[in-house]
Amino acid sequence: MWRCMSWYLAVIVLFAVPVFAQSKAKAQNVPEIAYESVPNFLKFPPGLYLGEAIGVATNSKGHVFVYTRSANTRLFEFDQNGNYVREIGEGLYGFEFAHSVRVDPQDNVWVVDEGSNLVIKFNPEGRVVMVLGHRPDVVAGAVATSTSPSPAAQRYLFSRPTDVAWDLQGNIFVSDGYFNHRVVKYDKNGRFLEQVGSEKPGAVPGQFNLPHALAVDAQGNVYVSDRTNNRIQVFDNNLVLKTIYDNIGVSWTVCISPGPHQYLFTSNSNPNGNPPGSWDITGEIYKMELDGTIIGKFGHAGKQLGGFQVVHMMDCRNPNEIIVAEIESWRVQKLILKPQPTQISSER
Amino acid sequence: MRRSLQSLILATLLAGVPVFAQTAVPEIAFDSVDQLKLPDHIYLGEVAGVATNSKGDIFVYTRTGHPTITIGTSRAFAHGGSRLFEFDRTGKYVREIGQDLYGFLVAQQVRVDPQDNIWVVDQMSSMVIKFDPNGRVQLLLGRKSEDGRIPALPLTEPMVPAAGHGLPGAGAQSDIFDRPTDVAWDTAGNIYVADGYGNARVAKFDKNGKFIKSWGSFGQAPGQFNTPHGIVADVQGNIYVADSRNRRIQVFDSDGTFKVQFLNVGAPSAICITPGPHQYMYSSNSNPPENIDTGGQIYKLELDGRIVGTFGRAGKLPKEFGTVNAIDCRSESELYVGEIGNWRVQKLALHH
Repeated sequence: MWRCMSWYLAVIVLFAVPVFAQSKAKAQNVPEIAYESVPNFLKFPPGLYLGEAIGVATNSKGHVFVYTRSANTRLFEFDQNGNYVREIGEGLYGFEFAHSVRVDPQDNVWVVDEGSNLVIKFNPEGRVVMVLGHRPDVVAGAVATSTSPSPAAQRYLFSRPTDVAWDLQGNIFVSDGYFNHRVVKYDKNGRFLEQVGSEKPGAVPGQFNLPHALAVDAQGNVYVSDRTNNRIQVFDNNLVLKTIYDNIGVSWTVCISPGPHQYLFTSNSNPNGNPPGSWDITGEIYKMELDGTIIGKFGHAGKQLGGFQVVHMMDCRNPNEIIVAEIESWRVQKLILKPQPTQISSER
Repeated sequence: MRRSLQSLILATLLAGVPVFAQTAVPEIAFDSVDQLKLPDHIYLGEVAGVATNSKGDIFVYTRTGHPTITIGTSRAFAHGGSRLFEFDRTGKYVREIGQDLYGFLVAQQVRVDPQDNIWVVDQMSSMVIKFDPNGRVQLLLGRKSEDGRIPALPLTEPMVPAAGHGLPGAGAQSDIFDRPTDVAWDTAGNIYVADGYGNARVAKFDKNGKFIKSWGSFGQAPGQFNTPHGIVADVQGNIYVADSRNRRIQVFDSDGTFKVQFLNVGAPSAICITPGPHQYMYSSNSNPPENIDTGGQIYKLELDGRIVGTFGRAGKLPKEFGTVNAIDCRSESELYVGEIGNWRVQKLALHH
């Protein structure tokens, strides 16, 4: 009965969401962090173009990996100065519609593809060493997927997955995704351990409505961008809910910096399509303590360098140099954050 | 709990009807080697087929990309999606065969015949393609459909071919296949095609590709099939069919007369037979792609169905298997397995 009620509740919440989901952050008087965007950070060889810059991540050497939707979905590597190094996985069976790239502590490169329903692990040399999920057999034709009702979520199948992260033991966490609404934990060998959420969207704590990104801190806690619910949900390593941060607008994506003092970054990205008024209340990125305390914010919606057009992913290996990938400006920007003397931002 | 109890009982029942009652099946110890060295810019996708020739060269038929659908006059056309690679016995890359071939859409199997010709079975173009040892097309069975169905006809459960969909069962007196799965030859060179996901039959051709007969229809009775997924012939001309969804291997003579069935090997989805005076068969109880917590072991059998031993389980690590779709056993103790789930070929050294 209670389950039934919460399901109705979820449906009502769903219908209440406007077509262009956007939300002004509730957080007030957040200090503004000054920054500049490095001009022409990534240098492209002739004939090479980014499409929608969906995923970006760096490895321990500072090399930058970009997972992009061009004519075909492709994965590029640049060095720490933005010089082009190589392409990885040309024509790969799993490259259909980019969603995320992340680099683990051993410099393995992981991509999440929401068109093929796969999470693919490349070793540092760029060879495939693990595949999670299974691409629907193309010979069976296009797979019809709908939000309601979704078939029961299966242990080893994703339904438009969105992101991947690891704890220090190497356990793998996958946010899944657009048609399932859950986070799944696997051991380092790819065996299912547990999940939170289900195939059904929901708004009560511990349920998700489009878990769109996730990150894990050094203690193994899992921070999930629960995008359509306008919140970050924090779970312990066994996926038991700990707390919720719901004052940061729409959390499209999160990252956590390494080191003894870790920071959490979340983007209240402007919505696709830039509906009227959206630039006034969205587009900023928040820098937070892991406990949810907001330290400051930076950035704004805009098409020129330094402005953001739907930030889809961030790399914060260096918490003072944030690399962002944007859907609608087809670019990757490197942002240098200036040390704070902080100023109180005016209400926008 | 109750469910697992039931399936336990079911499994016990199933295991209780082997042709030969057996007590314990010995485990075969083995090692795995990552043998293939891939050049830059070449990646394997789902490995549907792996086979060796008499020199030990290794052929891999893999779903590398995905068929591209283009819009044409009144129709949609499908191109590409699979590639055939050759490696030498040390795993060094030699060449690609059949680049952009008209019939390469969704890789299903590759086999090498006694004359070192390379045979490819493509599930989506529904073609069986014979290359000579130099890699030129020599013989074709089946014809790729002129238009791609979008979406393709859904897989139904159970898979009873609908009227007008292919030419199901023994009535199909032709080489129009519907998602064929495998090919084999007897010592006279006659060709046997397991056909397949859409049809439920075995089609027999002479060595020149002339249709002789076909047998089987959809069902569970002896001589019927539910997804015949693999086929091999022994030196006597007996035909062994991995009747995957009926969870059995059926044995026929070369005219298609049913002889015997083996019911103790799980759901066989890849089989091979060793050459030489004492032939053995290997059969994989492959896990479904959506679950690595079940099955996955490979059985070694005598040709009368007695299980000699078993090895492996489903998983993603070396020495684990992710939906094995092909086994090469030209050597009894050195196998190659191709995996759908793990996008790789493992070379296995069995310790007897």
